[in-house]
Amino acid sequence: MGAQLRVYRQKIKSAQTTKKITRAMELISASRIAKAKQRVEASGPYSRAVTRAVSAVATYSNVDHILTTEPEKVERAAVVLFTSDRGLAGAFSTNIVREQGELVARLKAEGKEVVYYLVGRKAAAYFTFRRREAEQVWTGNTDRPEFATAQEIGDTLVAKFIQPASEGGVDEIHIVYNRFVNAVSQVPEVVRLLPLELVEGVEAPEASTAMPLYEFEPEVGDVLDALLPVYIESRIFNAMLQSAASEHAARQRAMKSASDNADKLITTYTRLANNARQSEITQQISEIVGGADALSSAKK
Amino acid sequence: MAELTVSVVSADQEVWSGAARQIIARTTEGEIGILPGHEPILAILAAGEVRVTTTDGASIVANAEDGFLSVEHDIVTVVARNAALA
Repeated sequence: MGAQLRVYRQKIKSAQTTKKITRAMELISASRIAKAKQRVEASGPYSRAVTRAVSAVATYSNVDHILTTEPEKVERAAVVLFTSDRGLAGAFSTNIVREQGELVARLKAEGKEVVYYLVGRKAAAYFTFRRREAEQVWTGNTDRPEFATAQEIGDTLVAKFIQPASEGGVDEIHIVYNRFVNAVSQVPEVVRLLPLELVEGVEAPEASTAMPLYEFEPEVGDVLDALLPVYIESRIFNAMLQSAASEHAARQRAMKSASDNADKLITTYTRLANNARQSEITQQISEIVGGADALSSAKK
Repeated sequence: MAELTVSVVSADQEVWSGAARQIIARTTEGEIGILPGHEPILAILAAGEVRVTTTDGASIVANAEDGFLSVEHDIVTVVARNAALA
């Protein structure tokens, strides 16, 4: 076998093996998207209920509470990044990092100090490689988030938020995550969790409608104190679930195009290999014919 | 007769939802009963049962923990981190 032919055969073989892997990953992700999507939907009622309650309190009561009031001066902002643990998901984690860059540039331009909280091994790796400091890192299970993790992150953030800025607390909390729109589209999104910005799904009350006066039990302050961590947790859990669903979708798409590319490579190399084989045969034939010619003309 | 639209949700799913005549829940201040036409309220739940009497008279009991109850225009939402039908 000619050297050229052997090289092509090797390349075909390697493309085929790669394709097997990417194909398997594509199928696994495809089967997990549905489950992840279901979890996003299942957590919907809870986060909607919490958000409604929070916005009701924020709209209908004029209580001074850190949850509802803007701080006069923001010294420090917390940024939470939701990335994946594993790669091979296209631009999934890169998108988050890029969004984060823009957000942080904006915050810094406003004179705010930024502290980072990272979710997912990819973000952690990005930060370690660039020798940037992160306040806390959570890894593992980004493709199947658990509520306990959200609770832990929520507790950490709320504790920091309640702490005064002079003692290292934060005045703002931003999250950056991939929102799952559908299987082909995931949008990186930056949301300011605290202080409350806009609350989705609730319209501002019209001036004409009588606002219901809320009764609080036990006390308005206590209710808000209890509501704050619940709200943060539910938003974080929702972000984690969305991010997980997006991760599967992104990986499925990335692996699909990888499999397609492998297919293309295999076709190209098969053509080239055929060509090489054919030209080898042609050369051999012409050598034989040439040799026979030489022999017969020598006899004469 | 006016009725309440009730939903009981936990962190990862909707536990129960439907129409009801009455709800009794345990808040940190004590038990509270809610009938249609109740004023808007937001209360913190203590660990305990939430009893729902549906419009056809059946009684549904859910264990709710670590959550709150909100009533607004006859829409009642029981939100708890952990909730399950008993």
